[in-house]
Amino acid sequence: MSTTTTTHYPASTRTEQVETRTLCVLVDNEPGVLARVIGLFSGRGYNIDSLTVSETEHEKHLSRITIVTRGTPMVLEQIKNQLDRLVPVHRVVDITMAGPSIQRELAMVKVRGKDEHRMEALRLADAFRARVIDATTESFVFEITGASEKIESFINLMLPVGLVEVSRTGIVAIARGPEAMLSRA
Amino acid sequence: MTEMTGAEMVIEALADQGVEHIFGYPGGAVLPIYDALFQSQDRVRHILVRHEQGAVHAAEGYARSTGKVGCVLVTSGPGATNAVTGLTDALCDSIPLVVITGQVPTHLIGNDAFQECDTVGITRPCTKYNYLVKTIDDLPRALHEAFHIAASGRPGPVVVDIPKDIQFAKGTYARPKEFQHKGYRPRLEGDPDRIKQAVEMMAAAKRPLFYTGGGVINSGRAASEHLRELVKLTGFPITSTLMGLGAYPAADPQWLGMLGMHGTWEANWAMHDCDLMVCIGARFDDRITGRLDAFSPGSRKIHVDIDPSSINKNVKVDLPIVGDCDHVLADMLRAWRALAPAPNPSPQAGEGRAEALKAWWAQIDKWRAKKSLAYRVSNDIIKPQYAIERLFALTKDRDTYITTEVGQHQMWAAQFYRFQEPNRWMTSGGLGTMGYGLPASVGVQLAHPGSLVIDIAGEASVMMTMQEISTAVQYDLPVKIFIINNKYMGMVRQWQELLHGGRYSHSYSEALPDFVKLAEAYHAHGIRCEHPRDLDGKIREMIEVKRPVIFDCVVDPAENCFPMIPSGRAHNEMLLGDAAASVEDAVTEAGKMLV
Repeated sequence: MSTTTTTHYPASTRTEQVETRTLCVLVDNEPGVLARVIGLFSGRGYNIDSLTVSETEHEKHLSRITIVTRGTPMVLEQIKNQLDRLVPVHRVVDITMAGPSIQRELAMVKVRGKDEHRMEALRLADAFRARVIDATTESFVFEITGASEKIESFINLMLPVGLVEVSRTGIVAIARGPEAMLSRA
Repeated sequence: MTEMTGAEMVIEALADQGVEHIFGYPGGAVLPIYDALFQSQDRVRHILVRHEQGAVHAAEGYARSTGKVGCVLVTSGPGATNAVTGLTDALCDSIPLVVITGQVPTHLIGNDAFQECDTVGITRPCTKYNYLVKTIDDLPRALHEAFHIAASGRPGPVVVDIPKDIQFAKGTYARPKEFQHKGYRPRLEGDPDRIKQAVEMMAAAKRPLFYTGGGVINSGRAASEHLRELVKLTGFPITSTLMGLGAYPAADPQWLGMLGMHGTWEANWAMHDCDLMVCIGARFDDRITGRLDAFSPGSRKIHVDIDPSSINKNVKVDLPIVGDCDHVLADMLRAWRALAPAPNPSPQAGEGRAEALKAWWAQIDKWRAKKSLAYRVSNDIIKPQYAIERLFALTKDRDTYITTEVGQHQMWAAQFYRFQEPNRWMTSGGLGTMGYGLPASVGVQLAHPGSLVIDIAGEASVMMTMQEISTAVQYDLPVKIFIINNKYMGMVRQWQELLHGGRYSHSYSEALPDFVKLAEAYHAHGIRCEHPRDLDGKIREMIEVKRPVIFDCVVDPAENCFPMIPSGRAHNEMLLGDAAASVEDAVTEAGKMLV
């Protein structure tokens, strides 16, 4: 009898590459639905990198949840199947795998400072096409929209000119082209 | 359209759903519903249990032995939390239940009111779905949807939490017509192309094997019939999980016995060496697969399951088919007949296949010759295996239902009680809930008043829900609690012997009750048997007594359950009983981590 040490549990996950995916989930906007989705992720040990949610079809009371998650291909398949199994979930689309897509995030960035720092903050904001949405004599709040990497760069640049606070929406995503992601008839 | 209170709606909805029995326990937050029960002259018959966990297990037994939805009514707070073990058990084993819980009035929710708990929050991960009904207008829909969700697709428990003010509120109730849920649509039919591909793979296989599970039982009687026909037509060997026992008759020569951790030598070796595995309604659970990277390495795998999330969860399969076992098996039968691998159709077709599979069957017969369930019979002490063999021999020609608790006795029951029919075997498979069997037997007996219902129990498990014998006495339910009494938590002791140097830490019950006197205290009938020569006579006595019986069968305290795949090992590394001497070094360090 061999004496190799191993376990009952899947060992293959260690050898498979971890991938990042963006999932769009159409759900009934009912009490507890977000708890079901989040509970599924925490209960089964899945990752959430980002999560956004808002009602998108008011007459049907449907909300769209955008989740950015990480895992091996086998775990990602599980995540999609487990989400699809929840009673209030209408559809799950893996927007990363479904074809070309656009992913955007919005951030509000508060910078505090005087003199040269203020001028530099405004110059950088202009370069990133960030808008000033609040200003005092010693602060600005910028609004910036874009891919996460762009927002990340902008925040890093704001650090030395007086960054004090950031608020980010997390990612929303949509497929390119004419096809729409609809609820099941 | 009728005007009535929320409490009356509950009774109406239950009656409209054809519910005859509901298991429950009253309390402050469900008093209006209990009042409605009283005033409706028991249109739905209420069975008063002794603990809410017992109510849920009884409903599970009822559901599993009938194929209907089991119903439970409990109060808020502790009533709901006591039901959680049963809900989790039902979720793991895919048992359809509707559990109605009382809740504090809506204006007090979130106020830490008396007997308040966040029932929907607590039960969200242990139900298929749950509702908190906040307006009377939502109540009829929630109740009927609950039954639809519980029973359809992969079945499971559904909780409907009803605040007390909603129970008092008046609203209109209409008997629902056929309705469709707005989003929930379980898929029943399998993809015909894949089914065709599956039977082609089956026709080409040299070492095929059916591996079936609880999904076949859940899919209904017809699924078992289709399975039997397909197995006969193909001539393939068949094994099943703990949950699937009875779907295929154990007396049939194509039956290899149960597989998995305590499965037979032939079933596990056939799993390991097959070239085609046809998995139907089973889920590649860790008790089945053993070491995953050594699981059936040379086989192609077909997996039929109604739940897409069960597919490719633990084991990657070559051909997944999402659908209900009944539908898919019926389609497979048609496709197999259309393929007609033999010149003559059935029954010759089966024989033709048997010829092609001759080498495979010869190999299986060699594994069978190991007689992996063999044990040393004693003339002085009752061996637990012997007790179950005798119980089987003396009850097999009767209309018998078996429930169990969890542990060694459960595995021996699975090995030695040879089930011929589905829905006759009620055991806690996924969750492994000690204390399941006694209340489950109460539910089974209620559904089948004239049948012989036996809980094959362990003395440790049965103490967890012993109070339900009082329920059995109250309702004249003549259940037989057949306790395999070895004074140990036997499976714990077995693992301590194998893994922890025989240090039996807290696995010995030093102060067991006198089970005969305990039976008498409950106004039940008590029997003790300590010697093999008395066993048959006392089992007959147990069968003949038309009252609840507690049978204290005192067995060899040191017996272990074999065969066994030690943790962290593969199917072809299993231990046999007479290999007991080599057991000590059989478990790897990593295996010790695994239970």
